[in-house]
Amino acid sequence: MKLKYFAWVRERIGKSEETLEPPSSVRTVEELMAWLAKRDETYAHAFETPKVIRAAIDHAHVKPDAAIAGAREIAFFPPMTGG
Amino acid sequence: MTANVTIRIQQADFDIAREISALTEGHTDIGAVVSFSGICRGSEASETIAALTLEHYPGMAEEEIARHVDTAMSRWPLSGVSVIHRVGRIIPGDNIVLVLTASEHRQAAFQAAEFLMDYLKANAPFWKREESAGGTSWVEARHHDDDAAARWAKP
Repeated sequence: MKLKYFAWVRERIGKSEETLEPPSSVRTVEELMAWLAKRDETYAHAFETPKVIRAAIDHAHVKPDAAIAGAREIAFFPPMTGG
Repeated sequence: MTANVTIRIQQADFDIAREISALTEGHTDIGAVVSFSGICRGSEASETIAALTLEHYPGMAEEEIARHVDTAMSRWPLSGVSVIHRVGRIIPGDNIVLVLTASEHRQAAFQAAEFLMDYLKANAPFWKREESAGGTSWVEARHHDDDAAARWAKP
């Protein structure tokens, strides 16, 4: 699945997007964040306060307990400041 | 008559008069047009802002705005809606966002414009990075904006 990062999440990880296949044991958005955080210290820094991170699956906002199965694109970003 | 709906995300500035003209074109049923424009301020608290840079999530930003516009159109009798959001580097005094609503009578236009701005602030995937004397930092979201969006929830 494609992962996209925005704002300071992107800055901390150092990438705007990548394609990864998490193991099938990773089933929800919050489990995915925890799995990503373990990759290296840049990811750990980005996801150190998971409560603050928002997620979208296929362009729609989702809650942390949302299932990731079948997702084509998952994005992680800080709370939005548009408008 | 079919409603005129415009949703654009662009680097370039917008011309409000021209957008109002485009919104009302072809309609004889419009008695009210409400316009909101968000403008880059020159200071935040006591710090001078040199510039803002707006990042967005291409694809999702347009879809999210469209969802809110659809909601507004199903809740109020609107003849047209325009939402234009700029991205890229913006300096104090510059336009950031435009919301136009048109309806037969003013109540729908006023309420829909406020609803759209409240929802845009809370849910539209844009992020502002601020340059000031103190350096560059990401603007923090305000809970106030989530509360503002929540007040439109139907009982």
